[in-house]
Amino acid sequence: MSPAGEPRWAWAREYGLPALVIVGLVGLWELGCRGARIPVWLLPAPSAIVQETWKWADRIPTHAGVTLYETLGGFAMSVLVGVPIAVGIVYSPLLRRVVYPLIVVLNSIPKIALAPLFLIWIGHGLVTNVLVATIVAFLPMVVNTATGLESVEPDLLQLTRSLRAGTLQVFWKVRLPWALPHIFSGMKVAMSLAVIGAVVGEFVGSDKGLGYLIIVASSNLNTAVVFGVMAALSILGVAVFWAVVVAERLVCPWYIQPGADRP
Amino acid sequence: MDAFISVERVSKRFPTRAGAIVPALDSVSLEIHADEFLTIVGPSGCGKSTLLKLIGGLLAPTAGVIRVRGRPLDGPSPDVGMVFQSPVLLPWRTVLDNILFPIEILGRSRAEYRTEAERLIALVGLAGFERSVPRELSGGMQQRVSICRALIHDPPLLLMDEPFGALDAMTREEMGMELLRVWSERRKTVVFVTHSIAEAILLADRVAVMTPRPGRIVEVLPIDLPRPRSIKMEFSGEFQKYAEAIRAAIAPSREAT
Repeated sequence: MSPAGEPRWAWAREYGLPALVIVGLVGLWELGCRGARIPVWLLPAPSAIVQETWKWADRIPTHAGVTLYETLGGFAMSVLVGVPIAVGIVYSPLLRRVVYPLIVVLNSIPKIALAPLFLIWIGHGLVTNVLVATIVAFLPMVVNTATGLESVEPDLLQLTRSLRAGTLQVFWKVRLPWALPHIFSGMKVAMSLAVIGAVVGEFVGSDKGLGYLIIVASSNLNTAVVFGVMAALSILGVAVFWAVVVAERLVCPWYIQPGADRP
Repeated sequence: MDAFISVERVSKRFPTRAGAIVPALDSVSLEIHADEFLTIVGPSGCGKSTLLKLIGGLLAPTAGVIRVRGRPLDGPSPDVGMVFQSPVLLPWRTVLDNILFPIEILGRSRAEYRTEAERLIALVGLAGFERSVPRELSGGMQQRVSICRALIHDPPLLLMDEPFGALDAMTREEMGMELLRVWSERRKTVVFVTHSIAEAILLADRVAVMTPRPGRIVEVLPIDLPRPRSIKMEFSGEFQKYAEAIRAAIAPSREAT
């Protein structure tokens, strides 16, 4: 609660002011485009974006569905691949020695540059785009999960040793739950990257998805629709990100974000 | 009195990364009696935590032997309850579930120990907090939970590694008295490591004084203060005499370094 006391004003200050700033900026954009007579193919005014995008409105949901599918597919794959790799790295020094250098090398490649390779190997389509999204997204899953599994307090591990706990007991009852907050922060990054991966895949070779729509619109110099589809894409990105945030709150309600108020 | 645990000329050396060898403990001998409250006091780096881990079977000695009821110790045993400086509770578990954690690990029935868990919770004054999670508790309350967790499976030996070291001075005294009250109800052998001389005297039947580089026990001092103890005893002349004796035992080696 703000020190101003009145809850209504506190609310207005928290949400009202940022909203006002955004509305103001959009208004300036509109006025600027009209006043300076900027050509619509160069920078369309917000009103033009809405008008032009509306004409494409019937096509956007299906393409957004494809991008969503690829994003979630890539995200799911990155979790299913990343978490077991992290577990392997943490438990096996041999695997760590073999896998870590590979990961460092893979990390240094702009993973977007791998998209054309997948195109050659698999051909264009959903599977390729899911794979591109996976390859872009899975590294933070590995790194965050491994960090989380290793962040268990040494004294807690001493305690499990003194009770002669088995490796599996320690994994399921201590290490994995302890790592959950780290796994979720990995998931947040992975989800954001999966959106990028899916769109890149669509850019490189696809006939579906929001990335494909952007390519089509820009090749027609329909800049307004490019902006409109970008807006749809960012809504999709925010939605899937918040899905992870909500899941985190449901799965680890005991975890308090650093910086959040303590009760 | 019979020796419950006997530490016989135990040495422990750790290799450093640079390849050198650090002697943490040098030929330490100590007898620990059944049901006594033994404190180990010494400046930081004197190897007192190492000694505690050796007694708990978490480390193996480089030389010498530790016997429990005459039998050589060969590893960790569930006959030991451990309390560390930080409470290290599982943040996703309630107070009750944290206390029952050792029961799950040992593969025993939670239902059988539930009543005992509730009794322990009441004993440390946390009744009503059974369903709270650790972040809702203060540091002192969390440490009380970790003491209950160490006691739940009724181990004959309780090892405590500076358990109140992270608490403020007032909470610390309060917790010490509370520990003694718990100990008077659940008789156990307690080995309690601390760097506070006052704490060491106030709690103990005997104080083992250690000095560093290499870690050695220089004196074992029986404390004949009456029980139950109270914080006021710290101001008695007898208490001061004990404190002076301990300081004197630590000091010569301090001047030498």
